Amino acid sequence: METTYLILNAIVAGLLLGGLYAAMASGVSISFGMLDVTNIAHPAFIILGSYIAYIVNSNWGFDPIVTSFVVSPLFYLLGLLLYRVYYYAFERKGQQSLRSLAFFFGILFITEVVLILIFGVDYRLVSAAYTEKTIQIAQYAMTPDSTLHVDLPLRMVVPFVVSMVMIFALNWFLSHTFFGRAVLAVAQDQFALRLMGVDPVKIKERAFGLSLAIAGVAGALLIVVQPVQPSIGRDFIGLVFAVCVLGGMGSIKGAVVGAMILGLAESFTSTFAGPSWAPAVSFGLLLLAVAFKPSGLFGR
Amino acid sequence: MQKMSNKVFIPVVYGVALAFGLLSMLAPNDYFYSAAYTVLLFVILSSAWNILGGYTGYVNFGTAAFFAMGAYTTVAIFKFAPGTPLIVMIIAGMLVAGLTGLGMGALTLRLRGVFFSIATLALSVVMFTFVVNWDYVGGARGAYVIAPRVAPLGFGRYIYFLYAVMIFLSATAMIVARIIETSTIGRGLEAIRDDELAAECCGVPTLRLKLLSTTISGALMGMAGTTYPYFVSYVEPASTFNLSYAVNSIAMPLIGGMTTWVGPLIGAVLLGTVQQVVQVTISSAWNLLIVGVLLVLFVTLAPEGIMGLWYDFRKKQRAKKGAAQ
Repeated sequence: METTYLILNAIVAGLLLGGLYAAMASGVSISFGMLDVTNIAHPAFIILGSYIAYIVNSNWGFDPIVTSFVVSPLFYLLGLLLYRVYYYAFERKGQQSLRSLAFFFGILFITEVVLILIFGVDYRLVSAAYTEKTIQIAQYAMTPDSTLHVDLPLRMVVPFVVSMVMIFALNWFLSHTFFGRAVLAVAQDQFALRLMGVDPVKIKERAFGLSLAIAGVAGALLIVVQPVQPSIGRDFIGLVFAVCVLGGMGSIKGAVVGAMILGLAESFTSTFAGPSWAPAVSFGLLLLAVAFKPSGLFGR
Repeated sequence: MQKMSNKVFIPVVYGVALAFGLLSMLAPNDYFYSAAYTVLLFVILSSAWNILGGYTGYVNFGTAAFFAMGAYTTVAIFKFAPGTPLIVMIIAGMLVAGLTGLGMGALTLRLRGVFFSIATLALSVVMFTFVVNWDYVGGARGAYVIAPRVAPLGFGRYIYFLYAVMIFLSATAMIVARIIETSTIGRGLEAIRDDELAAECCGVPTLRLKLLSTTISGALMGMAGTTYPYFVSYVEPASTFNLSYAVNSIAMPLIGGMTTWVGPLIGAVLLGTVQQVVQVTISSAWNLLIVGVLLVLFVTLAPEGIMGLWYDFRKKQRAKKGAAQ
């Protein structure tokens, strides 16, 4: 019975974690999967989002998630700017791969070091009405004074719900609006898009902005779930790309499934092998995915 | 200008290295050795990175992993038999890192370059987790590796010996890079970098060449790591797997220039020295910031690095001369 509950708890925790990962990875699904911009600095912007939520929350006590939606236009603008630089320095000259990778790596590094210079390497966290509460379901009395139950900590449930709603909205937006369809078209055939009288660069620019806006929100969700420190960003690089590759490049639905798989794998690893092994899971899965099924589960 | 043949180049490099080593005996204090050791370490790492990155066009973000593999090979051998001579550890470290590079390459090099890059990032984290959980080499706590009291070959203090070894290894790394560059292998790699599909169509054995360069590059990075435990005498995962190794080994060739073996050398000496100065005078966080900013500036504004700027300058001069005549 105890094992059953251990497994149940691991499944619930894994799915909740997967919700967070889906939010973190859906931005990469857009930039890497659809626009073919290998933004390995994406996790750095997630961490930046975490810190903005932290500053606002610790100084004025505003809700971190609401804050992140309010400041997301700033991330959008940052994305426009970054894409402009990327476009003029690399994409236009057709030397995307090597130098642009180094470029984004440099951006990742600068963001991290600046955050360290300002905030130091301490772990930061936020507080809101829901960060301390835990709901317990499926109670089962073992003995009169000890019960088994499945934990639903609200600090994970709230980000999960927000993430799912956001991704649902994103998916609807991409498949039902002109702009969204144009983004999908960029992924398929830029030349054809040009013939339709749409400038692919403009579309890519805005879509890249959108992916950073999502990163900002994901950052707030992250800091609700766990304390954040500047250099944890790079630990998520493998994760977001693993989710993106596992689910199939450029498929938002696939990213959600990939995120759930990763969340479950990580949660089971920490439950049964110890939390110190958990970081290796996402990267291990990524290596396997890249090596054996690079087109992903829902790949085109 | 006639290019120097490798038969001449090898003795020249070793000669310069020897002269440099003898000259450093004039160094006023011991700090010089430790600073110079770090710069030499980066000379090896960036030369190694450039064999894959500069010549072949595949970005390896896992320098820290390969470096740490070399370092931890030394730690493991040291734990097993403390008296083992350094040369055994160097060879073992090269083997471990080289084979890992080969394995990584075999898994990912069939795909687009981006996947290889992301996989190398993944490799660092997997290796890090593995080492943290491996108690034999100290796990997360770290391990002490005490250098022998008497240095071999009559060097007196061990740091002098390590320094001499590093000079020799850096010279070797540069020679390897230059040999690859001037051979048919180098031309094959260049073809891959410029257009892989076209290279494949012309009969260049692309996969085999890529695997070769990944292996050599990995082995050299591992080689750089093998002497590190003796240098710091206390090895722990967080500093051995530090991201700054990856950033530096990318930034240095990019800043120096990636097409020849000279670029990484210039970049490493320049950036390495600047970092040593900044680290002493300001702080180590600032020196990382400087590396990051320089990397981004160079890659956007001067993508061919200092060597590229130099060639442009020469070309302009010649054009001026031509116009004057």
